[in-house]
Amino acid sequence: MTQTPATQNPTGTTTAGATASSQKPGQRPSNNRTVGRSVASFMKLRELPVTAALIVLVVVTYAANPLFLSPQGIKDLLLNATIIIILAVGQALVIITRNVDLSVGSMLGLVAFGTGTLFQVMPDIPIIGAFAVGMLFGAVLGAVNGLLVTVAKVPALVITLGTLYIYRGLNNAWAGGTQYFADDRPAAFGSLSVDTVLGFPLITLIAILVVIAVALYMVGTRPGRDLYAIGSDPDAARLFGIPIGRRVFLVFLANGVLAGLAGVLYASRFNSVGANTGLGMELDVVAAAVVGGVAIFGGSGTVVGAAIGAVLLTTITSALTALRVDKFWQQAIVGVLILAAIIIDRLASIRTARKLRVSEARDV
Amino acid sequence: MSDTLTTAPAPTPDTSKTIAAVPKGRTGAARILLGRDAIMIYVLVAFVIYASIAIPRFASPVTVGFLLLDVIPVLLIALPMTLVIITGEIDLSVASIAGLTSALMGVLWAAGWDIGLVLLVSLLAGVLAGAFNGFLVAVVGLPSLAVTIGTLALFRGLALVVIGDNAVANFPPELTSFVTSKIGSTGIPTVMIGVVILALFFGVLLHMTPFGRGLYALGFSREAATFVGITVNRAKFWLYVGTGSVSALAGIYWTLRYSSARSDNASGLELTVIAAVLLGGVSIFGGKGSIPGVIAGVLLIGTINYALRLGRISDVVLIIVTGSLLIASVVAPSVFDALKRWQHDRRVRRSLPQAALGNQPTP
Amino acid sequence: MKLIRNHTGKGKTSRRVASFAAIATSVALIATGCAGGGDTGDGGGGEAGAGGDMSITFIPKQLNNPYTDVVLGGGEEGAKEAGFAATEVVGPLEASASSQVSFINAETQAGTNVIVIAANDPDAVGPALEEARAAGAKIVAFDSDTNPKYRDVFISQVVAKDVALIQVQLIAEQIGGAGEIAILSATANATNQNEWIKFMEEELTSNPEYADIKLVAKVYGDDDDTKSFQEAQGLMQAYPNLKGIISPTTVGIAAAARYLSTSEYKGTVALTGLGLPNEMRPFVKDGTVTEFALWDPAQLGYVAAFAGMALADGSITGEEGDTFEAGELGEREVGENGIVIVGPPTQFNADNIDDYDF
Repeated sequence: MTQTPATQNPTGTTTAGATASSQKPGQRPSNNRTVGRSVASFMKLRELPVTAALIVLVVVTYAANPLFLSPQGIKDLLLNATIIIILAVGQALVIITRNVDLSVGSMLGLVAFGTGTLFQVMPDIPIIGAFAVGMLFGAVLGAVNGLLVTVAKVPALVITLGTLYIYRGLNNAWAGGTQYFADDRPAAFGSLSVDTVLGFPLITLIAILVVIAVALYMVGTRPGRDLYAIGSDPDAARLFGIPIGRRVFLVFLANGVLAGLAGVLYASRFNSVGANTGLGMELDVVAAAVVGGVAIFGGSGTVVGAAIGAVLLTTITSALTALRVDKFWQQAIVGVLILAAIIIDRLASIRTARKLRVSEARDV
Repeated sequence: MSDTLTTAPAPTPDTSKTIAAVPKGRTGAARILLGRDAIMIYVLVAFVIYASIAIPRFASPVTVGFLLLDVIPVLLIALPMTLVIITGEIDLSVASIAGLTSALMGVLWAAGWDIGLVLLVSLLAGVLAGAFNGFLVAVVGLPSLAVTIGTLALFRGLALVVIGDNAVANFPPELTSFVTSKIGSTGIPTVMIGVVILALFFGVLLHMTPFGRGLYALGFSREAATFVGITVNRAKFWLYVGTGSVSALAGIYWTLRYSSARSDNASGLELTVIAAVLLGGVSIFGGKGSIPGVIAGVLLIGTINYALRLGRISDVVLIIVTGSLLIASVVAPSVFDALKRWQHDRRVRRSLPQAALGNQPTP
Repeated sequence: MKLIRNHTGKGKTSRRVASFAAIATSVALIATGCAGGGDTGDGGGGEAGAGGDMSITFIPKQLNNPYTDVVLGGGEEGAKEAGFAATEVVGPLEASASSQVSFINAETQAGTNVIVIAANDPDAVGPALEEARAAGAKIVAFDSDTNPKYRDVFISQVVAKDVALIQVQLIAEQIGGAGEIAILSATANATNQNEWIKFMEEELTSNPEYADIKLVAKVYGDDDDTKSFQEAQGLMQAYPNLKGIISPTTVGIAAAARYLSTSEYKGTVALTGLGLPNEMRPFVKDGTVTEFALWDPAQLGYVAAFAGMALADGSITGEEGDTFEAGELGEREVGENGIVIVGPPTQFNADNIDDYDF
């Protein structure tokens, strides 16, 4: 008798085994049923609602104002989203393990200012060196979070709330009133965020590569899939032998590295870096992940979804301006989107739970 | 091979000392005087004494007045927040509700409504906002962290839609001066009377009623709470109505104190409230915490804040101190627990039969 | 719902004791207040003895802002020259309406003689300033005014109308006298920016020279780099025929310049406003910006300090017609509504931008 795996696989679709249990082993399903099942599982993709929302938004805005998708307009959309995409990927990793990291804004600020200082102190450092230093700095900051969460066994919400304050304080203490402007950094560094490869902004390509790399890691490797287990049911994961402490620490470290990367890119794209850089970004990043289908209780959602969520949220700002809608509606709309995403997620998980209950009852 | 079975009789374990299955909790005086709340209160008193000595002009009624005026919004919201966190939920939208209330007050007052009606409608808005949160969390069953992140954005967004970038400032002077007035020459603001009443209300509700004790059970598990007699959904719903209404009160206070209604009023307040509540000994997991501890936590952060400002020390120090306090306050218990467990394990190991046998030659 | 009895009874007692302890603490807090009750009388008046004992505190909109730092530098120098014994700078790390109030309260309690403030919101700081005045402090507003009833004098960097006129003039020159323009400002409540914008709009409608120039939009970047950047983007998308942008705030003009210089609009859309020479230098050099204006911010703080001393030692009361010596800058007169002008604005372009370092 076929044993149906009771875990939900990362993309939220029910495993094929659950519905195949009624067949005799070894029998190939008919083609119609395969197509039907593919369509069905496509419709259940967690990323579908957010992608659909994005497409609808872009189409409606384009219809009202064709300039929205002019070459400059598209470039702006992609560039605006780049930094949040990278941050959302890191945050998704953390949330999937049933934690949260509220200190990302402060980490980005520290690394951005650090990059500015680096170019002051060592103006001839190669750009790749600046990236390396920034990401290393981010790694250290993320490691502190990771250590406190795993060793002290304290909820990540509290720890990262504390480090949000501490890192911001350090940023203020370090920077004071100093701000570094675009002129203080090498022209080549600043033009990184302007250069395009075949018309596609370079730094957005970097962001997409990051998304692909992390997504492959999550789906294709053992440690990656373990993260879902840790988020779904930490006790079961521990019994199963997954080294939770090590995995969670590495997740926070990775989030720190990504925040560092985002910080360096911020220094390249924007004019000034100072004490208040990155203030308040954390809630936008968490919102992007939630809207993108990452469940706040961990265990499901993908980094691709989080990336699309990030694109959606940044596009809303530009779309509202292009539509000449009062920008005051923007935050309210973001709030509605978050609530909608959670409700959809809840409905989907109720449906899946019912399906699994029914199929398991059938198996017995 | 079987010699060991017949030669020496097994030494009887020392039963004069019983070992508890788990480390014993403190009882009697130790429990009261060394409990988490008490420690917070000692730290607060110690800091007040230190500040009175180290910072000139700290010890005066003027301090009490300004400090309390500053601390009231945080104190107000921390009261129902304590109950919410004890049940294992959270509410991040409190500051946005306060901001929405403020924006409504401004718009309605500028439109010429009677001030009494303005206050009533603003309070009602807070109640409705809390009910909305409560509905989504208790009835629909959505995770409170995600829901309140969503309503944080939604309510702040509505505040922006309502009042835009404008600021309304010409509130009735009798009302604004009443809010900042003090009782006689003690320096205590008159509105503290209302705050103390609310604090007593929540304190009694949490610590001296079955409903309150049931909330602790709810923090551990839904089933435990149901067995204790709490209707879980109804309780959670009303708790969120509570945070919504009190946030509205805080918003009204804020508007009248600064005589300014703006969409960004009370922005960021939720993190301060949560930091103060956690500092006051409430566990983020739920099931532990007390009102006196939270009051001490709020006053501690407020006092440090005020003392640093008076001593003209930069806010930077304050931010780092708040963050470190927060982390220390949650890491320290974990460290103590680990220490206690290690001590207990050592005690157990020493009293086991093997220990008594330890010095005998191995067969 | 059955009443639950706590069998040991200890829980109740410990709670009650803890509550009592909390009340005891509050009483202790109040007691320290009563013990130090003698201080209330001293307030600020006690310190204002001989001119050599005076203290002055600057409260800018926000700390960690490069423009503010220059102003404060001038202020501290001026305070020393004017004869203040103690100079302090305090302020919030974020520019919000109510964040300045607790700093004002602390100054009231510390008995500072002169408070120099740049208000984030003209009214929110009012009640606190009134309390400070009741304690004997003199209030000087600078950079961004409060409601006139809350301060003794207001130090304005330039005549507000002149600032507005110069910016309109510059943009008209740069777009060739006709076309659509937009304004990218700071926060929507900022007193100074709003006043300049008001004069700009008046000038555009009344002056026949500008009849072909149309103001199509006013957007607010909240003095935040990222936000101003995105607002500049939005402007270009919403108004494809835009020919010029005026940004009367140093953060806004720098962010807009950065966007324009990295986009296809560089050179086709004119940008002017109020900017810091050090920030704007690369954009002048690469042609994004032709000419912009400002004043010497250090002079603003400098004059404010001398005005404060003049108020504190009684030589002026803030009435129209009062005059006082502003150190090296000479005599200054208090004009209508308590406003003191520092000087005329300066225009920066490729020829002279290297001469300045702020």
